[in-house]
Amino acid sequence: MTTTLGEVSAGKSADTFATPGRRRAAGGPRLGGVSGTSLGVVVIWLSLLVLLPLAAVVGKAFGSGWPGFWSAITSSTTADALKLTIGLSVVVALVNAVMGTLVAWVLVRDRPRGAGAFELVIDIPFALPTIVAGVVTLALYGSDGVGPNLFGTRTGIFVALLFVTLPFTVRTVQPVLLDLDRDAEQAAASLGASSPTVFRRIVLPQIAPAVASGAALSFARALGEYGSLVLISSNIPHHTLIASSLIYGKLQETGDRSTQEAAAIATVLLVASAVVLVLLDLIQRRIARRG
Amino acid sequence: MAESVVLHKPGVQSSSAQRERASAAGIGLRTVALAYVTLLVLVPVGVLVVRAVQPGIGAFFDSLNDPMAQHAFQVTWIVAGISVVIDTVFGIAVAILLVRYRFPGRRLLSALIDLPIAVSPIVVGLALMLVYSPTGWFGPFTESNGIVIINAKPGMVLATVFVSLPLVARAIIPVLEQVGTEQDYAAASLGANAFTRFLRITLPTIRVALAYGVVLALARCIGEYGAVLVISGNISGQTQTAPLLIGDDFQTFERDQGYAIAFVLVLIAFAAILAGAYIRRRQRRSN
Repeated sequence: MTTTLGEVSAGKSADTFATPGRRRAAGGPRLGGVSGTSLGVVVIWLSLLVLLPLAAVVGKAFGSGWPGFWSAITSSTTADALKLTIGLSVVVALVNAVMGTLVAWVLVRDRPRGAGAFELVIDIPFALPTIVAGVVTLALYGSDGVGPNLFGTRTGIFVALLFVTLPFTVRTVQPVLLDLDRDAEQAAASLGASSPTVFRRIVLPQIAPAVASGAALSFARALGEYGSLVLISSNIPHHTLIASSLIYGKLQETGDRSTQEAAAIATVLLVASAVVLVLLDLIQRRIARRG
Repeated sequence: MAESVVLHKPGVQSSSAQRERASAAGIGLRTVALAYVTLLVLVPVGVLVVRAVQPGIGAFFDSLNDPMAQHAFQVTWIVAGISVVIDTVFGIAVAILLVRYRFPGRRLLSALIDLPIAVSPIVVGLALMLVYSPTGWFGPFTESNGIVIINAKPGMVLATVFVSLPLVARAIIPVLEQVGTEQDYAAASLGANAFTRFLRITLPTIRVALAYGVVLALARCIGEYGAVLVISGNISGQTQTAPLLIGDDFQTFERDQGYAIAFVLVLIAFAAILAGAYIRRRQRRSN
């Protein structure tokens, strides 16, 4: 550990608790008896639970080689489902980048009365089970819902996705906004820059990595979402059938071929998630370097 | 970094003129943000609550007292309870390893912990099936040893732990990073063994953060749908959890029961949010 006691107490008084990633342990002891054993157990458990099963998916997807994989993901129903899922996820990520940043801004800078309660509301989509998020969407937008009927429409899926991904951008941007040094903003304002200019030229560059990482998390979540969509989507092929529902449908069919197809679609989702995770890591490293 | 924040904190108080100008423009933004969150979250949840109590209190409790619903809740508690215990033990072990030790593959381990967040629950179910079903990689081995994993509780626990994997570790890692290891070294130099040091030094320091992580994990474990749906077979009266029963209720037009169970899960989620907020406040105060 290179962190000295003085630094720790300075950090505490400055309330930098929200951005713990900035002060990483730079050194540490090597593994000993107990820690070595626990690393072994952790690695075995992770392998049995995460690594081997995910490897099995990829293995199954390519079980009959590249042609089998390619024909599985390019059949018209599957290709449409993948396009819909990825397309919706991109739009959801973009909407979240804008709306999540706006909500975080209002929470931190505007701080209206009742902001505390408002913050708790932001957490609701995280705490609710996904199927309950689906029921909530259905209660308002279902065929006998109170609001407009969005049952079996792409708009219905879109609204449900916005619901479940709301907290991601808000929660990643909020701590960065809280930590922001406001001297530069005030200097710019005193020199006659308008509020939009100050935001665009001074605030935005500083929060951009956090916005991007929140959007990336929203994208990954939307890509694999199932529970909140199953009730509203009604799984119409080429129209509202999303990738996760298609995988589940293939698993309900018997036969090795449909399992292989399910694994192929799953592999596309895994690769898309992996790309997002790597991008996210690059962004976070950039933040760490700056801090 | 920390010091610069301390030095610049006073600058936060802007002049009143600036504040007024900002607030005039800010009202528009505030309205949009409040309206967005209200329409997206509060209104739909409110409608759900109304729907759940609409049939009357008697009907509401009848829906919940239905043997199928009772059994589903029981399965949910058992699976979520076991999963949270595993999450907690694993989360503490991983957090200590990542923060206090250097070893090859440390970054990889850190990335792997977060992987489950980015994997579709349905893919989680499929992945576990391919390895643990009777025709899967380990199927013959588990079957010959009389262990049933798929369409049974062990598989449901595996699926639930998979999806909630990073929550406990991610909650306590920042605290472990902040407190450092001086106390731990001091205790070790005085002859305390690893177990004593964990019990007397590490556990008290991470207590609050750990509680927060456990609340998050519990909420996630109770609510898991997709992964458990695939792995459990959703057998009514056997492996059906409360979230799975909700899904069935809406597909078989037992909507009143679906709304009633969903309402109970909403209450649990609210309790988790309030507990989390309380714990975070305590955490801030103790800092």
